[in-house]
Amino acid sequence: METILGLDLPTWWFLVIGGLITGYGVLDGFDLGAGSLHLFFNKEESRRLVLNAIGPVWDGNEVWLVIAGGALFAGFPLVYGVVLSTFYVPFMLFLVALIFRAISIEFRSKEPWLWWRKMWDISYTVSSTAITLLLGLVLGNLIHGLPMNKEHEFTGNLLTFFNPYAILIAFTTLSLFMLHGAIYLVMKTENRLYTKLTVIVNNCSKFFILCFILTSMATLIYVPHMTHQFKNHPELFVLPLGAVLILLNIKRNIDARKYFTAFLFSCIITACLLILFAVGLYPNIVISTTDPAYSISIYAAASSVKSLKIMLLIAAIGTPMVIGYMIFLFWTFRGKVKLNEMSY
Amino acid sequence: MPSVEILSRIQFAFTIAFHYIYPPLSIGLGLCLVIMEGLYLKTGLSLYKDITRFWIKVFALIFGIGVATGIVMEFEFGTNWATYSHYVGDIFGSALAAEGIFAFAMESAFLGVLLFGWNRVNKGVHFFSTCMVALGSIFSALWIVIANSWQQTPAGYKIEGHDMQARAVVTDFWEMIFNPSSVDRFSHVIIGSFLAGSFLVMSVAAWYILKQRFVKHSQAMFKVGLGVAVIAALMQLFTGHRSAHYVSKYQPAKLAAMEGHYDSSSVAPMYIMGWVDNKNQKTTGIKIPGGLSFLVHGSFSAPVEGLRATPEKDRPGAVNFVFQMYHIMITIGMTLIGLTLLAVILLWRKKLFNQRWLMIIFAWAVLLPQIANQVGWYAAEVGRQPWVVYKLLRTSDALSRKVTSDQVMFSLILFTLVYMLLFTLFIYLLTRKIHHGPDISENAESDFDGYYHDNITHHPSKI
Repeated sequence: METILGLDLPTWWFLVIGGLITGYGVLDGFDLGAGSLHLFFNKEESRRLVLNAIGPVWDGNEVWLVIAGGALFAGFPLVYGVVLSTFYVPFMLFLVALIFRAISIEFRSKEPWLWWRKMWDISYTVSSTAITLLLGLVLGNLIHGLPMNKEHEFTGNLLTFFNPYAILIAFTTLSLFMLHGAIYLVMKTENRLYTKLTVIVNNCSKFFILCFILTSMATLIYVPHMTHQFKNHPELFVLPLGAVLILLNIKRNIDARKYFTAFLFSCIITACLLILFAVGLYPNIVISTTDPAYSISIYAAASSVKSLKIMLLIAAIGTPMVIGYMIFLFWTFRGKVKLNEMSY
Repeated sequence: MPSVEILSRIQFAFTIAFHYIYPPLSIGLGLCLVIMEGLYLKTGLSLYKDITRFWIKVFALIFGIGVATGIVMEFEFGTNWATYSHYVGDIFGSALAAEGIFAFAMESAFLGVLLFGWNRVNKGVHFFSTCMVALGSIFSALWIVIANSWQQTPAGYKIEGHDMQARAVVTDFWEMIFNPSSVDRFSHVIIGSFLAGSFLVMSVAAWYILKQRFVKHSQAMFKVGLGVAVIAALMQLFTGHRSAHYVSKYQPAKLAAMEGHYDSSSVAPMYIMGWVDNKNQKTTGIKIPGGLSFLVHGSFSAPVEGLRATPEKDRPGAVNFVFQMYHIMITIGMTLIGLTLLAVILLWRKKLFNQRWLMIIFAWAVLLPQIANQVGWYAAEVGRQPWVVYKLLRTSDALSRKVTSDQVMFSLILFTLVYMLLFTLFIYLLTRKIHHGPDISENAESDFDGYYHDNITHHPSKI
């Protein structure tokens, strides 16, 4: 098969999609986390401030989901169909939660009534949390593997998804995003809200460390296929080791109140965990627990070589542009958040 | 319980029709915003600043719902139409990925600056952001219409594999992008969107004029909207004709259904209005004899391929529905041309804004392009049945194999409830926004606005 820089095209495309999903996790992760934390703020002004901290950027962050979805559709159409139709009900709830989250942010400020704002505050937190948990649940099941027959048809039912391991991953995702969101918010706020957030950041970091340890142990014990690559490539041990070091670094920076550095490290740990997941999967993309032979590999699922090449070119032209827009956006809204008459 | 196929089709039709209320409005409004803000930059009159800022807020509302309901569409390809996804992924997927990278990212990043950046960046950068959002929304229409057009007139592909494993793969990227219908259909869609947006602007302006509120501001809005609308309405005649021409060439069964034409050996009339009796294969109504023959062949006496030329299992079943939708679209299109031309003539003679009756019509006319856009798509999509990819993949073969009718029923009910709520809230908030109207700068009436005035007084939504 044709290779570019020593890697074949499906592997390249696996990396592109992995990169996009990582981009989504890093970016939307913090605003989803901010959503989950929203109800911890009691004052109207605080709620407006934390909402406006993500106001100009959340929509751009969510676009990474659309791009990652499109890339999966384009690169591995078989997987796109199998994964989405298998998780039919979770994804439908996910879509409804996305709708509610978007309108909560948009509609909340449109009326001054207390009940109106409270209603959208609750809807915002519930939908943000639901999105995170559902994403984590799907991820957990993909790590764990699914009962799949020879025709790549799912043979379980809705309850299959709610296994203890997947639920653990769902909560780990939630804890990671909450920590990520809290660090982002503490960077963007000042005065009393800042002081309150420093406490929240501390609690979130404890929650995450707990989940991190549990997940590591559960993965080593119950999901041996996730570590199969480590036997042949011992150098990959750098990754889990790196994750632990980054985690310690986040804690150290939080304690030193260096929140920007802490934020960079919480971006890196999100990426690091997703890379570990990708390494564990490769070269498969959906693992069958019925028989490893029924798993869907990237080679079985990939689009034609020509299509992959065209899209790699599109990605190569488009990605720097997208990153450019994002830098422009984040640079424009740098610094502490202030309210004005155009705010939510 | 109805079959998975029927439920999935209803769900897709419902969610896409609902979604399609919003993107055309965003696209059309985006263009109007560029013009309004451009006029502000050019003249420096705070009048234009006020109306720009007012419409930005309306834009935010519409755009938000458009995005939220749009993500649903992307996921539904995989959840409900997994076989289709596998079949077209090589082609459709790349258009969708390109839409995300080239259009959505640009649109949403600059949207942040458009909505919240008024005090953060200078006027030039803000205007640039407005242009980028408008351009981004047009690009997204471009890619998605290309993808849909490929399904209508597939090109630049080959079929690999058999039966359920079969799929279309790209052989020529540019041939696939510029397939026979994509240019005509894109231009038709985009101009339809300009009409939707500009008629919204004119409708709100006409309502203010009737209520004698913000008179100067609303006259300025109306002129911007009218400028876009009159050009768009006239151009739509041309793109509509081009679209009909491609249909006659590549999807003759669809055209025959649009005009209720069955017999291939006969001259085909063009109906102004009518009724199709599909059982007896008869069409009655007011017609221009030989009209369709003239449209297709340039001669009033040439025969046109009818529905009977296509085997019953390969042609659309809902002929009367296609016929009616197509004719509603045409009727509205002609009405819009008449309305906008009349308004231009009256404006030129400085009599436009005191014609109460016309302002009442314009206040309601916002519905016309909306209906035309909807029914135009119904005709296009129902008219190509039973195919999801024309002559290649049947809709009934495109489903997800493992999804059950219980699951689809659940999601269909869920979406129905959520969208009803969403639509109610949308209408409520839009009406509120319109009732509130633009915030008027103190010096809006005459003088030059050199710097930013923070004079937004008593804004109930800001505590």
